[in-house]
Amino acid sequence: MAQMLLKTPLHDRHVALGARMVPFAGWEMPVQYEGVSSEHRAVRADCGVFDVSHMGEFEVEGPRATELLQSTLSNDLDKIGPGEAQYTLLTNDRGGIIDDLIVYRLEELRYLLIVNAANREADLNWLREQEIRGSDVRDVSDEYALLAVQGPRAIERLGLPEARQFTFAEGEIDGVQCMVNRTGYTGEAGCELLVMAEDAGDLWDRVLERGAVPCGLGARDTLRLEASLPLHGNDITPNTDAISAGLAWCCALDKDFTGAGELREIKARGPERKLVSFVLEEKAVPRQGMAIEGGGEVTSGTHSPMLDRGIGMGYVPADSATPGTELAIDVRGKSRRARVVKRPIYKREE
Amino acid sequence: MAASETYPDDLKYHKEHDWARIEGDEAVLGITWFAQDALGELVHYEPPNEGDTIAKDSAYGEVESVKAVSDVIAPLSGEVLEVNAKVVEEPETVNDDPYGEGWLIRIRLSDSSETDSLLDVDAYKQVVAES
Repeated sequence: MAQMLLKTPLHDRHVALGARMVPFAGWEMPVQYEGVSSEHRAVRADCGVFDVSHMGEFEVEGPRATELLQSTLSNDLDKIGPGEAQYTLLTNDRGGIIDDLIVYRLEELRYLLIVNAANREADLNWLREQEIRGSDVRDVSDEYALLAVQGPRAIERLGLPEARQFTFAEGEIDGVQCMVNRTGYTGEAGCELLVMAEDAGDLWDRVLERGAVPCGLGARDTLRLEASLPLHGNDITPNTDAISAGLAWCCALDKDFTGAGELREIKARGPERKLVSFVLEEKAVPRQGMAIEGGGEVTSGTHSPMLDRGIGMGYVPADSATPGTELAIDVRGKSRRARVVKRPIYKREE
Repeated sequence: MAASETYPDDLKYHKEHDWARIEGDEAVLGITWFAQDALGELVHYEPPNEGDTIAKDSAYGEVESVKAVSDVIAPLSGEVLEVNAKVVEEPETVNDDPYGEGWLIRIRLSDSSETDSLLDVDAYKQVVAES
């Protein structure tokens, strides 16, 4: 039997706009409208909007909600209070990454987790297994839609006040109530708007009226890769650890959480391989799974619209991970020169 | 700006979505509107070398978009006389003008009788309709 694909509340609007729809993590999602490069450039120069309603949302609450999340998530929730958010990892007992997510502290003892669509079930099962009396985990994904509005003019176009990254507040756009989260996945300023599913169409229309360019998952991937933001399933997985992935900054190794001991050991002895960002020095496009000579592998690769070069991320032996190191990537049988660069691969000059 | 869907009637076509413009004992080759549309904006063109011999129905190069890479299939056999340097530098030229500025290579035919096996525009449109 063919797999039934889920549809977001904005599905019909994407089709009406002429989007090319593709299956992604069990959903039928727009990969592009006009074209990946033009959508990518709109986000770098002005403002784009992405339907990311396929992402999962969990609410965790109860007198021991903090205790549950402190023991399962890598970052330290004591660093944030109500109104603040944090990038964090859900880790397994080997220190592997079950998912990366953003946790929003709604109230002292109530949290919202926004997780990757592909991991929604795995995350929920994992959290439920770890659940303790006094904490309640609920999957509320179907109640909400999520729009990412990103770009240097995103906040201005939406008529929102400036605010610090990784904060959030109740808000409204032209009368449509939503939660305005100062987060994103493009390396640009902007926000993510969490809205009740039934209001998603109205919000999408208002955001387009304010001049945001509709953008698909194609541009979302090229943007996040230029920004050196890892993609779960590609660059980080249950079989890769946070230290090797360069994500030690979001692991509070002084607290106890699942896999913390393994991560401390990896940190102490130094990882064997490290996730690096690289830029091709010849005309070629690296792709996931290509070998990097000397014992490495490309985990994400694309053509950068801003640099007009092949770019990517991949694991290399730790002694090849320093920015400036030359790499050789096997692109369908041809050895292509690349160079390790500092993250992010691309940053707009202010 | 992407071109709109067209299939010129002065070209010969191959079912793998390639076209050939026969000019005496030479031919100019490229990919059709359908092929570039399916791939999306091209970001890389890996051409053969001038002087290489290419064989009908075999891959002679690669075109790559943001999302996918595809072999380019030779509709005819011959020797590569010229590679379109503009497409090497600006692969999106193929999206803008697949039958004009976006040509890929020029070859000298090694067997001009092969042209009889190619599709005319109506037959190729039928292939597109069934794709």
